[in-house]
Amino acid sequence: MQTLDAAFSALSDPTRRAILARLATGEATVMELVEPFAMTQPAISRHLKVLETAGLIVRRVEGTKRPCRLAKAGIEPIDQWLAMLRKAFEKNYDRLDQILAEMQPAKSRINQPVNQRKRRKDTR
Amino acid sequence: MTTMAKTELPKRKMPKLTMKTEGDLYIVVTRRFAAPPDAVYRAHTDPTLLQKWLLGPEGWTMPVCICDPRPGGRMRFEWAHARHGKFHLTGEYLELQPPNKIVHVERMHLPDPTPDNHVETRFEADGEGTLMTIRMSLPDPQTRAQMLATNMEQGMEASYARLDGIL
Repeated sequence: MQTLDAAFSALSDPTRRAILARLATGEATVMELVEPFAMTQPAISRHLKVLETAGLIVRRVEGTKRPCRLAKAGIEPIDQWLAMLRKAFEKNYDRLDQILAEMQPAKSRINQPVNQRKRRKDTR
Repeated sequence: MTTMAKTELPKRKMPKLTMKTEGDLYIVVTRRFAAPPDAVYRAHTDPTLLQKWLLGPEGWTMPVCICDPRPGGRMRFEWAHARHGKFHLTGEYLELQPPNKIVHVERMHLPDPTPDNHVETRFEADGEGTLMTIRMSLPDPQTRAQMLATNMEQGMEASYARLDGIL
């Protein structure tokens, strides 16, 4: 839960969300991240620090550069949330398929209960 | 009467749900149904029909379903579960174009209200069926965190249903 809290509080800032969105397209250096934002490098670096502490990004050393990329743990809470949402939708729409199938024959707007219709067919 | 489309798609091969994020602000969901737009639209605006399918995981019911599908009309959905308690959603309809489009705003009460979610739902004829496309705001991170936290407490189930409310 702690990680999740840190992750979401790190995510509460629009600049940090934008940084993550940028990193979702691939690794980037601080300089590359500074470019699209009207911010100084130290300001961006501070945001990166928050993201790193929250476990949302990881940085590696490459000469004098420290490129950042999304950490797996950083993507998980959102992935998890999206997976939940997806599951809920799937469940609902499977039920809706069923209801639509029952509505179909009633196109004539005669609201005959489905079970009656079935029964009649069975006793042909 | 058109029978032309019949050879095109075997009905059972209906593509499943797709879901993708659009930037970090929106989610777009698509789903096909084997029924024409007017039926799908009706299932989204008729309270007695909504109560049968807008339920999320097994075990949830919707004892209260109020919806008044006209611009400015209100909606209120209340869900209940034997073990996980209750919660509800309120919203207002903004625009309706039967049977093709519903635009509304909604918020969940967890019990504090979440920020308004703007939802646009479209139903387009697709052969003999319907292609539904929902475009909605992604909840802000705090809201997502709140949902996840509650969700973990309640054993994954409650939030599914809460999220269903986004519909």
